[in-house]
Amino acid sequence: MASIQDALKQEVASNDVVLFMKGTPQMPMCGFSSQVVQILDYLEVDYKGVNVLADEEIRNGVKEFSNWPTIPQLYVKGEFVGGCDIVREMFQSGELATHFGEQGIKHHAPAQS
Amino acid sequence: MAMQAVEIERLIKAALPDAEVEIKDLAGDGDHYSANVVSAAFRGKSRVQQHQIVYAALKGQMGGALHALALQTSVPAVS
Repeated sequence: MASIQDALKQEVASNDVVLFMKGTPQMPMCGFSSQVVQILDYLEVDYKGVNVLADEEIRNGVKEFSNWPTIPQLYVKGEFVGGCDIVREMFQSGELATHFGEQGIKHHAPAQS
Repeated sequence: MAMQAVEIERLIKAALPDAEVEIKDLAGDGDHYSANVVSAAFRGKSRVQQHQIVYAALKGQMGGALHALALQTSVPAVS
């Protein structure tokens, strides 16, 4: 059986944008996960939500995988982008939309004020 | 089990002696803090790397005793 680390590597390699979160995009179960969901929805990005509450092995494995102690965790093209703080900071500065553009990820580019 | 703000500050400063650390208790429950950390150790590092340095300083408390730490990291302004 492939280790959880291999399974996680496969998950982020085979999906452009992956959000490991508590709950689902339709029903986030944590304020921090919900904030990232709202940001991704606002940018109209297609992403795969992985509910870590449904699988304890994923919940702990992903923290080791990224050397990041908390959930949510956002991955773009296999690369760990950040947790809630960093994603919100990047969104507010416009860096997140730029990053998606650079990675060839279809998104709604908010009007620059 | 929660953490005290002074303990968080002590752990961060033990790992980053030059750090300026400002901690705010967001909920009064010892579980939800915000921390603004300024240190030269962050220079040239990505945001993720900067935050990982702070999490390492907290010696595994992050995500355990410490449920939420809204983190802001920056390098000192060049004087």
